[in-house]
This record gives sequence, C-alpha cells and structure tokens, in this order.
Amino acid sequence: MTTITVSENRFKQFLRTIHIPPVFLFLVFIFLLGGILDQIFSDGQIFKNPPILLNIVVRSVPLGIVAVGQTLVIIGASIDLSVAYTISITAVMASFVMQGNSANVPKAILVVFAIGAVIGLVNGLTITKLHVNSFIATLGVGLIIKGIINATFSNYTGSVPDSFQYFGYGAFGIIPVAILILLMVVIAGWLLLSRSKFGFHLYGVGGNVEVARLSGLRTDGVLIIAHVLCSLTAVLTGLFLVSRLQSGAPWVGPDGIYDLESVATTVVGGTALAGGKGGVWGTLAGVLIFGVLDTTFNQLGVNPYLKTVLRGAIIVLAVASYTFRSKKDAA
Amino acid sequence: MTTSTITSSGGLTSVLRSIWEWIKRIPPVYPVFFVIFISVGLLNHSYQTMNGIMVFLRRSSPLAILAIGEMMVLASGGFDLSIGAIVTMVVLGSSLLLSNNPANAFPAIMIMLGLGLVIGLVNGFVVSYLKVPSFIATLGMMLMVRGGALYWVGGAPRGYLTDNWRAFGRNYFEKVPVFGRFPIALLILLVIAIFSYYIFHRSNYGKQVLSIGDNVLASKFSGVRVPRVRVMTFVICSIFAVIAGIMIGGYGGVNVTIGEGLELQTIAACVVGGVILLGGKGSVPNAIFGAFTMQAIVDLLNLLGLPKPYTDAVQGLIIIAAVAYVSLSTRKKR
Repeated sequence: MTTITVSENRFKQFLRTIHIPPVFLFLVFIFLLGGILDQIFSDGQIFKNPPILLNIVVRSVPLGIVAVGQTLVIIGASIDLSVAYTISITAVMASFVMQGNSANVPKAILVVFAIGAVIGLVNGLTITKLHVNSFIATLGVGLIIKGIINATFSNYTGSVPDSFQYFGYGAFGIIPVAILILLMVVIAGWLLLSRSKFGFHLYGVGGNVEVARLSGLRTDGVLIIAHVLCSLTAVLTGLFLVSRLQSGAPWVGPDGIYDLESVATTVVGGTALAGGKGGVWGTLAGVLIFGVLDTTFNQLGVNPYLKTVLRGAIIVLAVASYTFRSKKDAA
Repeated sequence: MTTSTITSSGGLTSVLRSIWEWIKRIPPVYPVFFVIFISVGLLNHSYQTMNGIMVFLRRSSPLAILAIGEMMVLASGGFDLSIGAIVTMVVLGSSLLLSNNPANAFPAIMIMLGLGLVIGLVNGFVVSYLKVPSFIATLGMMLMVRGGALYWVGGAPRGYLTDNWRAFGRNYFEKVPVFGRFPIALLILLVIAIFSYYIFHRSNYGKQVLSIGDNVLASKFSGVRVPRVRVMTFVICSIFAVIAGIMIGGYGGVNVTIGEGLELQTIAACVVGGVILLGGKGSVPNAIFGAFTMQAIVDLLNLLGLPKPYTDAVQGLIIIAAVAYVSLSTRKKR
C-alpha cells in the first residue's frame, strides 16, 4: 500500500522534473485522430509513410521559430504583433541584398539581423519608455514596416543563391537542417528561460511588473531584451522562408498570419497571455499541433474555407481543454 | 473665513485656476481629435461646410459603433477580435440572402442580427464557462466566422446588395433644418450612442462591467454575476458589429476583404479614446471620438496625397504618438 503511494509520488515527481506540459497529450490525441481519419477516409499515408512525419515538422519550422520569440515576449506580459512584417522585411531585404550571389550572403544576414534588432528595440522602447500598450505599440510598428516595404518593393525582389537554400532544403543525414535549427532555437529558448538570470527576471516582470520593480529589477531593460530577441526569431523565420521561396516578397509574413498564429500557438502551448507562466516546450507542441492539422486536412482534401473554420475551433478547444477546470476567471 | 479671504484677495487667479483644473480634466482624445480635424479642414475647404462635416460623420459612424461595442468588452478586461470577421460575414451573407430582391432586405438583416447574437453568446460562454482567454476565444471565432462565411457563399460574393439594404450606410435625410442633409448612419449612431450611454454610464450594468475589468474577484464577492455580465458584453459587441457591418456594406459595397483588419483598427480607436486595455476604464463618448480621430487621420493622409503604403506607415506612427500622448498624460503620477 505504502510502496504504491511512494512509487506513484516518485512517478509524479519524475514527471514534474522533466515537466511535460499537458498540451503534448493533446498533440498525441490530434495525431492519432488525424491518422485514424486518414486511414478511414484517405490512403492512410500518415501511419504508413514515415517521411510524412518529418514533413509535418519541417512544415512547422517557420511558425515554430517565431513562436519561441513570441513565447518570451508573452511570458513578459507583453505581445508582439509586428512579427509578420518583420518576417516580410527580412525576406525581401535578404533576397534584395543577396541578388543570387553567394558572396553577399554574410552581408545580407548581417543587414537583416541589424534591422530585426532595431525593430525589437523600437518595440521595447515604445512600450517601456512611452508607456504605450504593447498591443498597440507593436501593431503600429507593424503598420510602419508594412508601409516602408510596400513603398519600396511591390513584388518578388532579387533571389537567394543556391548555397543559401541549404538552410531551407538541406539535410544532415536524414534529418533536415530546418528541424535542427528549430530544435536549436527551442533549446536556446528553454535554456534562456530556465537556466539564466534573464529568464527568471522575465518571469518576474511578467508575473507582476510592480513587484519586480520594487525588488530592484530594471524591468524596462528585461522587456526590451525580450522584444529584441523576439524580433530576431522573426528574422530567422524570414531567412528560412526566403531560402525556401528563393526570393522574397512583401506579403510572405502577413500571408502566413504569423502574428496571430504565433500568439495562438504560444497560448495553446500553455503560456498564459497575462504573462509570468509558460515555456517554450509547450509552444513547440502547439506548433506541431498546427502542423499535424495541416497535414491531416491536406490528406483528407478538406475545403480550404472549412479548414479555417476547423482551425479556429481547434485553437479554442485546445486551450479550453486545460482551462475549463481552472477556478480562476478568464478575461 | 479663510475661503472668503482667498476669493477676495485673488479672485481672478482662482477663477483661472478652476478653469485650468477643468481643462486638465478634459480627456486628451478631444484636443487630439480637434487638432487633426482642423488640419483636415485647413487642407480641404469642403470640411468647413456643414455638408462636408456630415459626409465625414457618415463615413466614421460605422467605426464609432464598432468602437462602442469593443470599448465595453475592453472595459471588462477582455478583447473581441471577431468583429472584423462579423462585418465580412454580414456583407457576404447578405449578398447571398438578398438574391438581388429588395423584398428580402428585412429578413436578411434579421438573420444577420440573429447570427450576431449567436456569435456573441458563444464568445461569452467560451470565455465565462470554458475560461478560455478572450483573446484566443475571439481569435478562434474570427477564423470560424470568416471561414464559415466564405464557405457559405462559396469563396466569392453572390449578387449585389440591394439599394434599400444599402440605404442605412449611404443615404441621407434630405432638407433637414440646420444640418441640410442628415446621414441615416449618423442617426443610427446617435440612437446607439444614447442607448449605450444609458446602459454604460447610468445603469448598474455599466458599473458592473467596469468593476469586473478592475478586479474580477472583488466584484464577484460583492455580488456581481460575472458570467452573465460578460456574456451580455460580448453579445452587445457582436450585435453592434452586425449593425456596423450593414452600414459598412451599404457604404462600401460587396468585397471579400471588407472586414479585414477592422478589429485592430477598432481597438486602436478605443485606446485613442482613453480605454485601458485589460480593463477598468472606458467611456462611450470618448470611444466615439476615438473612432472619429482614426477616421480623421485616414482623411488627413489621403488629403496630403500620400500613396497608400506611406499612409499605412504614417497611420502607424500617429497611432503610437496619439496613444503615447494619451497614456503619458493620463498616467498616475508616481
């Protein structure tokens, strides 16, 4: 009797140390459901064909990278709605600077990361120093970037050299480079949040900014760094997209709805919108849920508009699946 | 004794001071609006005539109605991101239901109001009982409504909107004394504004919304039925969005992307109108003037003859500047 309780406690303790967010159960459930539906109504590729699994992950890479940045910002009780246009400006500028020449790659990467850092800095400074609500501040910054790129570029501009496409299409053994990069970003985010001083400060600022300030944190600095990091992940997503598309266009960011989807995946992954709670592993699961959904819908040949409806319903249900038991009111 | 000495010694200063106190209490949205509107008037003389002002008000009425509904949700501490999709649904769905027959206008509008009611109820229930944060709940609803509307009409608008359906958004009452031509849209806005002013500023409901936005737990302990108030707020917001959708469709005609981005523009209008995101503060007249300010900004940029991309960029700058001004001047002094 006692042993059972102890072992159960040990098991629970073990679960707690590796900390699997409940959203992974939802991911497994969605995957099994999708696979079964595929088996019944289509050709059953999801279970039969292992490369499709890799494809699901590769498909999730662009959203996954930027969602990690979004997670950092949301943990700090902020939000970044400018990521879609940051992605666009990266894609356009990268292919514009590269012009299909391998020699220009380092220069282009330097330029886009500098642009990203400036965007993040502007976001962070507007929010912390001008006291503009993050929602409005990043919305406005997004509009500004949109105006700038639409005024300068109207269509596909320049191109990326073949060597740069290794980033999007290359493989390391059987594992695509893209997946390795996504994993590296997620692990970097995890280390930053759980093993670094900055991470603890960020949770503190997100939990209660006033308490954090009174305990001697420079809360403004923490938020500004989070915003810069978020913009840098958006830049990485933009680079990945342009390496796959071979040329950048102003609409790649907003077309992928990366702003709202990165927020949705973060929250589906269990990070609280109010800040102070959450992590990047949950976000990864949230992104993979979207990837599994896309693949399943493609397999079943669902009407694209119906796809949007189902996607909306599943976002709500996924979040509801672990909020409905909570005693705290949502707003 | 003391008071009388002060008044007798410095009558003028104290009068000036009380006027200054009164000026300081004016919400910053009004000076912001009048500065922008006067610059518009200086650039284009038609804005100085009654007719020009009426045209401006006709154009900004739908956004003002959206802003009133959104303001209530924001004041309760939530978000409603589904209103843009509701506008799209109203326009596309009506074009299908009307099937080019003016006699169908009334049933079409009733069906749309019914759908608005259902959307608001679902939003409210998902937030109140499933405890999903409203940002996500209404984001999901936005996808469902937009996808559902496009699926319903098959991806493209069917038919046109009949003239009697469009009258609400674009027609005028002719030969009204003082005003000349008086837009129907403005009359609808006035009715909704008075109704909202009454329920938000003069009834228990409004105080309950604000108290929920300020502190849910405290209001629950003082006997506010939080779920009921919340559901009602979302229903009001959705129904106002349907009404605004009818006016926007009447003004702009059928277009698949007609409602895109409206939710964010409306939230920006509310914030310019002094609403604090995450709840606890809001006012109907200020939200209306927030919407007017947004429309005046767009007009100003069009009058300056900037191409569309620059308009976006400058609009972004002005939104940030306006909100920074509002929040810096209403911030509590530390």
